[in-house]
Amino acid sequence: MSDDALGQVQLDHRSLLLRSEKATKRARIDRFWRTILLLAVGVALVPLASILGVTIYRGAGAINLNFLTENPPFSSGVEGGGYAPAIFGSIYMTGLAILMSLPLGIFAAVFLVEYKRSRLAGPIRFFTDVMTGVPSVFVGLFIFSSLVVDADLFFGTVPGAAALAVLMLPIIVRSSEEVLRLVPQDLRNGAFGLGLRRWQMITRVVLPAAAPGLATASMLAVARGMGETAPLLFTALGARQIVTSATGTPQGALPLQILDEGRQALPAAVERAWAGSLTLMVLVLLFTVGARLLAARSNVSSLS
Amino acid sequence: MPSTTSSTTPLKRGLRASRRQSLADPAFRWFLTLTGLSVLLVLAWMIVSTTSQAWPVFEKEGFNLFFSSEWNPGNARDGTIQGTYGGFQFLYGTIVSAALAMAFALPLAIGIALYLTQLAPKRIARPLTYAVDLLAAVPSIIYGLWGSLFVVPMLLPFMNWMSQKLGPWLPMFEGPVRVRNLFVTSLVLGIMVLPITSAVIREVFAQVPRDERLAGFGLGATRWEVMRHVVVARSKAGIIGGSMLGLGRALGETIAVLLIIGGNPRSEFRLFNTSQTVASQIAAAFKEASPEYIRALVALGVALFLVTIIVNVIARLVVSRLGHVTGDAAL
Amino acid sequence: MSLHSSLEMHIATRQQEPVSPDTRDFVFQIDGVSVFYGGFRAVRDITMDIVPQRITALIGPSGCGKTTVLRCLNRMNDLIETARVEGRISYHGEDLYDKQVDPVEVRRRIGMVFQKPNPFPKSIYDNVAFGPKIIGMKDDLDELVERSLQNAALWDEVKDRLKDSAMSLSGGQQQRLCIARCLAVSPDVILMDEPCSALDPIATGRIEDLMQTLKDQYTIVIVTHNMQQAARVSDMTAFLTAEIHEEQDRRTGILVEYDRTEQIFTNPTDERTENYVTGRFG
Repeated sequence: MSDDALGQVQLDHRSLLLRSEKATKRARIDRFWRTILLLAVGVALVPLASILGVTIYRGAGAINLNFLTENPPFSSGVEGGGYAPAIFGSIYMTGLAILMSLPLGIFAAVFLVEYKRSRLAGPIRFFTDVMTGVPSVFVGLFIFSSLVVDADLFFGTVPGAAALAVLMLPIIVRSSEEVLRLVPQDLRNGAFGLGLRRWQMITRVVLPAAAPGLATASMLAVARGMGETAPLLFTALGARQIVTSATGTPQGALPLQILDEGRQALPAAVERAWAGSLTLMVLVLLFTVGARLLAARSNVSSLS
Repeated sequence: MPSTTSSTTPLKRGLRASRRQSLADPAFRWFLTLTGLSVLLVLAWMIVSTTSQAWPVFEKEGFNLFFSSEWNPGNARDGTIQGTYGGFQFLYGTIVSAALAMAFALPLAIGIALYLTQLAPKRIARPLTYAVDLLAAVPSIIYGLWGSLFVVPMLLPFMNWMSQKLGPWLPMFEGPVRVRNLFVTSLVLGIMVLPITSAVIREVFAQVPRDERLAGFGLGATRWEVMRHVVVARSKAGIIGGSMLGLGRALGETIAVLLIIGGNPRSEFRLFNTSQTVASQIAAAFKEASPEYIRALVALGVALFLVTIIVNVIARLVVSRLGHVTGDAAL
Repeated sequence: MSLHSSLEMHIATRQQEPVSPDTRDFVFQIDGVSVFYGGFRAVRDITMDIVPQRITALIGPSGCGKTTVLRCLNRMNDLIETARVEGRISYHGEDLYDKQVDPVEVRRRIGMVFQKPNPFPKSIYDNVAFGPKIIGMKDDLDELVERSLQNAALWDEVKDRLKDSAMSLSGGQQQRLCIARCLAVSPDVILMDEPCSALDPIATGRIEDLMQTLKDQYTIVIVTHNMQQAARVSDMTAFLTAEIHEEQDRRTGILVEYDRTEQIFTNPTDERTENYVTGRFG
C-alpha cells in the first residue's frame, strides 16, 4: 500500500460488537445450515438404531440353546425347532470361501503394491474396483451357470462357497492393498540394504509387518460373505438338515433360511426368522467390529 | 542341508548370483502377476459363462428383452425358447427404485459428509463415522425383514395420509396404497446405499486443502459459506462419483427389494403401488423356473450386469481422477 | 569461537596417522560416474577413490547428489526403475555394474544404514538374526547376535530384553540396532546415509564414537549435511555442490574437491569448498 493510500484511510473505529444487519443474517443462515447437517447425521443414525433395536427385541425372545442346536420343524407353522443346519452351512461355506479367496486376494494385492510400475497394475486395480460393484445376484447366476450347470456340480456347499469367494475376492484385494501400502518404504529399503531378494523382502518383511492388517481385511470379507443371500439362492439352494458333503447335496445358510421363513404369514416362522436375523447380526458384527478393533490396535501405530 | 558351507562369510564368494538365485525373483514376479490377472480372468469368465447360458434368449428376443413388456415364460427342457421374454417392466422398476433411493440418500450423504469432515470435533467424528459405516455391514436380508415387518406397518398411516392429500393433485401419489410398494423399497434402498455414497463424498471433502478453507475463513466467510463455496464447489466430481457408486449398489440390490417391493411389476410411476426389479424378479422366479425360464432369468441378469457395470465404470473413472478415493470404509 | 577454529581443534585433537590416497588399494574406484533419473542428470562426472578401513564423508548443500552417489555404491539405485548409471565403479577392482554381477550379492557385502532408523517390527534379537537367517548362516546365531550387538555398542543396554520389540527402543538405540543388523551379515563396507539426522546430540555422539571403533574392521562411507560431523569423524572428505539449471529448475551434482579431511577443512584448494566449510554458502 502506498503512502497516499495510507493517508486516506479513515481512522474512526467502529466497535467489533456492532455488526451490520447483513452479517447478522449471514450468521443466522450459518447456524441454520449447521443444524441441518447435524440433523442429517441424526437421520442416518435412526435406521441403524432401529434395525439393531428391532432385531434384538424381536430376536432375543425366540433365541435359546434349542434354536442353535436343532433342525427347523417339518412344517413352518409349528413352533420350536432351530436353525442349526443354517448356522452350520453359513460357517462351512464362509470358511471354505475365505480359504479360496484369501491367498489369491493377498497375492494380487502384493502384486499391486510391490510391482506398481507394471503396466498390468492399473487395469487390475481398476477392474477390481469395478468388481466390488458387481451385483451379488449376478455372481450367483455366474456360479450357477459355470459350476452348477456347466461343471455339473449340482447345488451344494462348494458352489455356494465359490459364489461367496468371488464376492469376497475384490474386497480382500482392495483392503489388503491399503494395508500393504501402509508398510513403510524404509522397511523395504532396510531389507534391500541387507541384501535380500525382492521375494525374500516381501515374504519375510512386508507380509509379516502387514499381518495384523491383513487379518483385519479378511475378517471384513468374512463379515460381508456371511450376510450374502442372493448368490446362495442359485448355488447352495438351502437345506433343513445338517449337510457335511462338499458337493451333490444342497447346503443351507442363515440368510436363506431367514428369507424362506420371513416371507411367510405364520407367526412361528417369522419368530424363527427374527431369531435367525439376530444370530446372523451377531456373527456379522462380531467380525466387523472385531476387525475394526484389531485395526485400531495394531496397524499403523506399531509400524512407524 | 548345506548349512556348514553356506555359513562361510559372503566375502569369499563371487559377486555373481547362481542361476537358481537369479531366477527366484522373476519367477516370484510371474506368480504374483498371475494372481493379479486371476481377478480379471474371473470377471471375464463371468461374462462369458452367463452370456453363453443366456444366448438362446438373446437370439430370440434381441432388443425386445429390454423394450417389450410381454413376459410369458415357457416350459421347454430341450434348450429351445418357446416363451416370450420382454423385461421392460423389470428394468423400469429397477431404474425407478434406484433413482428414488438416490434422491433420498444423496442429500443425506452430503450432509453427513459435511458434518463429519467439517464440523464435528474429532472425538465425536470418529464414532459417528463408524456408526454410519456400520450401516453397510448389516446384511441385506435383515434390511428386508426390517423393511417389510417394521417400516411398512409404521409408515402405512403416513402413506395413506400422503395419498389422500396429494393423490388428487399428483398422479404419483395416487392410491390405493399397497402394503408392499415402491416408496418403502426406495427408502430402505436409500439407507442401504448411504454408507458407500457418504464414504466417497467424505473422502473427497477431506481432500480439500486446509489452506483453501483457511483462505475462506480469512476472507470473513462463515463456516456454512466455506462449506458451500469452497468444499462442496470443489468436490462436484466426487459427489457425482459417490452417488453413481451408490446408484450401482441400488440397481443390483436383490433380497431387501424382494421382500418389500411386492413383486407385481408395473410400468407406471406410482409410489405406493407394487413393482418388481430385475434382481428381485430373478430371485423370486428362480426356484420354480423351468430350464428355459432359467435361461431367461440369466439373460435378465446379464442385462442388469451391463447396466451396473456401465454405472460403476463411469463412477470409478470419475473417482479415480480425484486421487486416492476408495470408499473402502463401506466395502 | 569461529566455526573455522573449532573445526581445526577437532582435527588437531585426533591422533591419526595421515592417509594418502595413492598408497593403498582402493575399495571403490569411481570413474566418471553420472546418474540419470529418467532424462534428468542428478550427478555428473564423479571421480574419486575410496580407501579401505577409513571413514569417507560426502558433504555438500542439499540437492547436490550426495545420497545419489552413496546409493550407487551398493546398487540401491537399481530399485528406482528410471535410474541409470553411466561411467565405471569398481569394487576391489571388479566392475560393480557388470551385467553378471548380482545387485543382491552386492548389497550383502556393502551394508547400508539409513537416514531414519528402520528396524523391522520384530524383537531386538530377531532384527539382528534376520539377515544371517536369510543368508543361511545357521550356526551359533546367539553368539553372532551378541557379537553384532556388542560391536554396535548396544549389547549392554539390551542384553536383558532381547525378546522385546525393537520399536520399544529409543531413536538412537534403534539406529545402533540397524547398525548391528547390518554388521551381522559381515559386510565389507558400511554406507551411512545421514545416520544421525533424526537423532539428538547425545545419541549422535554415541554413533560417532561407534564409527571410530568400526573402522578398524570396515570401510565406512557416510553422507552428512553436518560439516562438524564430517570434520569430527572422517578421514577423507568429498565436497559436492549443485549446478543449477535455471531453465529447468533442476540441479546436477558435481564433485568439487576430494581430499584428506583436514586438508578440506583447513586448506581447501577450491574457493567453493572454502565458502561452504566456512559457512559463507549453503
